[in-house]
Amino acid sequence: MNKNSLMKLILMGGLAGLSASLSAAGPTPAMLSGTCAGCHGSDGSSVAITPSIAGHSDEYFVDTMQAFKSGERRSTVMGRIAKGYSDAEIAAMAGYFAKFPMTPMQQSFDPAKASKGAKLHEESCEKCHEEGGKLADDGAPLAGQSMLYLKYSMEDFQAGARDMPKKMKKKVKKLVDAHGQAGLDAVIHYYGSQQ
Amino acid sequence: MSEFNRRNFLKIGGGVLLGGALSGCVTLGTSSAKKKVVVVGGGSGGATAARYLRKFDDSIEVTLIEANKHYHTCFMSNEVLSGERSMDSIRFGYDGLKSLGINVVHDWVTQIDPQARKVMTKGGLSFDYDRAIVSPGVDFKWEAIEGYDAGVAEKIPHAWKAGPQTATLRKQLEAMRDGGTVVIAPPGNPFRCPPGPYERASQIAGYLKQHKPKSKIIILDAKDKFAKKGLFVQGWKRLYGYGTENSLIEWVSNAAGGKVESVDVGNMTVSAAVEEFKADVLNIIPPQKAGKIAFSAGLVKGDWCPINKQSFESALQPNIHVIGDTSAASKMPKSGYSANVQAKACAMAIVDLFNDREPGMPSFQNTCYSVIGDDYGISVSVVYKYNKEKNLIVKVKGAGGLTPKDASKQQLAREAHYAHGWFANITSDMFGS
Repeated sequence: MNKNSLMKLILMGGLAGLSASLSAAGPTPAMLSGTCAGCHGSDGSSVAITPSIAGHSDEYFVDTMQAFKSGERRSTVMGRIAKGYSDAEIAAMAGYFAKFPMTPMQQSFDPAKASKGAKLHEESCEKCHEEGGKLADDGAPLAGQSMLYLKYSMEDFQAGARDMPKKMKKKVKKLVDAHGQAGLDAVIHYYGSQQ
Repeated sequence: MSEFNRRNFLKIGGGVLLGGALSGCVTLGTSSAKKKVVVVGGGSGGATAARYLRKFDDSIEVTLIEANKHYHTCFMSNEVLSGERSMDSIRFGYDGLKSLGINVVHDWVTQIDPQARKVMTKGGLSFDYDRAIVSPGVDFKWEAIEGYDAGVAEKIPHAWKAGPQTATLRKQLEAMRDGGTVVIAPPGNPFRCPPGPYERASQIAGYLKQHKPKSKIIILDAKDKFAKKGLFVQGWKRLYGYGTENSLIEWVSNAAGGKVESVDVGNMTVSAAVEEFKADVLNIIPPQKAGKIAFSAGLVKGDWCPINKQSFESALQPNIHVIGDTSAASKMPKSGYSANVQAKACAMAIVDLFNDREPGMPSFQNTCYSVIGDDYGISVSVVYKYNKEKNLIVKVKGAGGLTPKDASKQQLAREAHYAHGWFANITSDMFGS
C-alpha cells in the first residue's frame, strides 16, 4: 500500500480514531450510539427529563458509564444498561457523542429565580462549570439540561448517593448554608433558562 | 405533500426540457445513480428508518408511504384511557420527515413486486425501488375469537392500534356507572407490547380508584404469566388492593380459565374456558400476526416475517427488508423501542449494501417502561447483540433486567418521569425534523 492510499484510508474512515479500539467485526460508534437516542434524544440532545449526553467530554462520559456499570453511581435503568457494553464500546460512544454540540432543552422556568441563580452560579459554580455552565471541559454541560434532571442530580449528591468532588462539596455546603435549598433551586432555574 | 408535489413538478419540468432527447429511457428529473428506498408504513419502525436513511446518507432518495396523515403511538395510549394525557399528545404528523427531504406519500400500498422492484398503491401510483423496507405493524387474527371481528371492534374496541378506538374506549370508561366491570382480554404470545395490557389495567384502575371506586377490572388472560408480572402484582397490591376482596383488579390466568373463546356483543358477555363474564366495558385484544401487505408480498412464514437479523432483509424475498412488530426478530419483543433500533440497524445495513460492503454488525437495546400509577413506574431493559451463527438477536449476559423489587418510592417516581422522558425523546427521534 503506498503512502497516498494509506492516507486516503485514514481520511475515509472519519471515525478511524474512534473505532480503532473496537473490534473490526463490532458495531460502529454510530450504530452503538443510535440505541441511546430513544431515551437521550437524537444524537444525544434530549427534549425531556432524560439528560442530554451530547457535548460531554470523552473522559466524563467514560467515567460516568463506568460508574453506572460498577454500581458506584446509583441509577434507575442506566446501571442495567451500562453493563451491556465493553470498555471499547463505551469509549466509542463517548467519542461519538462528544462531537455533537448539545441542543438546550426548551422548558419553562421562573425568570426571578433564574436571575438570582445567575448570581449564585457566578459565586459558587462558574470556576468549574464555566460560561454559565455551558462548557464541558471536565464534565457535562449543565446549561440547557432538564431542570427536573438537575434537581434529581442534586438530591443524589446531597444524599451521598452520588460521589461529589471535594471542591463541589464545599461550594454546595456554603451555598446551601447561606441561601438554603432555594439557592440550589435558583441555580437550577438559571441553567434551565439558557435555551 | 409539498415535497412530493415539488418533485413531481421537477419531473414534469425535466420531461419538458429533456423529453425529446431522451424519450423517457431514464427516470426524468432524478439522477439514475441515486439509490431509491421505499418505506412501507409510517409507524415507529418506518418513520425511524426513513429518517435515519437520510441521516446516514442523504444521497438516498427515500419515499415513505403511509395511509394516514397522522400516527397515534400505541405506547402511552394507556394514559389516554385513564385521562392522564390527551389524544393530541400521542398524535404525530409527517412534517418533520418531509423537512428532511423524505418524500411522504399518503396512500395505501396494495402490492409489492419483488421481481420488478415496484411498490403499487390503491391510488394508482407506482414506485420503483432498489430496496424496500416493510414496516406495517400488526394485523389481527379475527378468526381466533368467535363473535369478534373488525366490525365488532368498532363497538368493542381492541384499541391495540392507537387512534379512534382509543378515544372510543376512553368514552366508554367515562360513561360507565360506578360499580361497573371492565373486562380486558390479552392474547397469547407473541404480540405487540407484552406489558401493555397490564399497564392498561393499571391505568384504568387509577382512573376508577379516583372516579368510580366501586368498579373493578377483570383481566381474562390467555397466558399463565406475563411481562414484569412480579412488579405489576406488587404495584397492584400497593395501589389497587390486589389480592383483597375490594381489589380493583382481578387477574384470571389461562390455567384458571382465563382464555376468551367467544364474545356475545348484544349481551356484553364473553365466554372463557370455564365460565361466562358480563362486562360494562369490554376490551378484547385479539391474537396478532404480520401486517396485511407482508402476506400479499410473500414475506410471511407462519404468522411473522423471517429475516436476516443483521440486515433485516427478508429470508423470502430479495431487496425487501422487514422491521418492527411484523418481523420475526427474536429474541427482541415487539415494541416501539425495538422497532426504533431495528430501523437504524436496517438503515445502516442498506447504506452498507448500496456501497458494496457487507452489512456492519448491529447493536440493539430495548427499555420498556410501564406507568402503573401516579409517580409509579417500572421497567425492563435488555441490551442485545447479534449472533451470526444462529441468526439470533441475543441478550448480552450480565446486563439488563427489571426494576428491583425493593426500589424506593423515589426510584419508582423517577422511573415514571423517565418513562415520560423516553416518550418525548423517542417520538422526536421517529418523527422529528
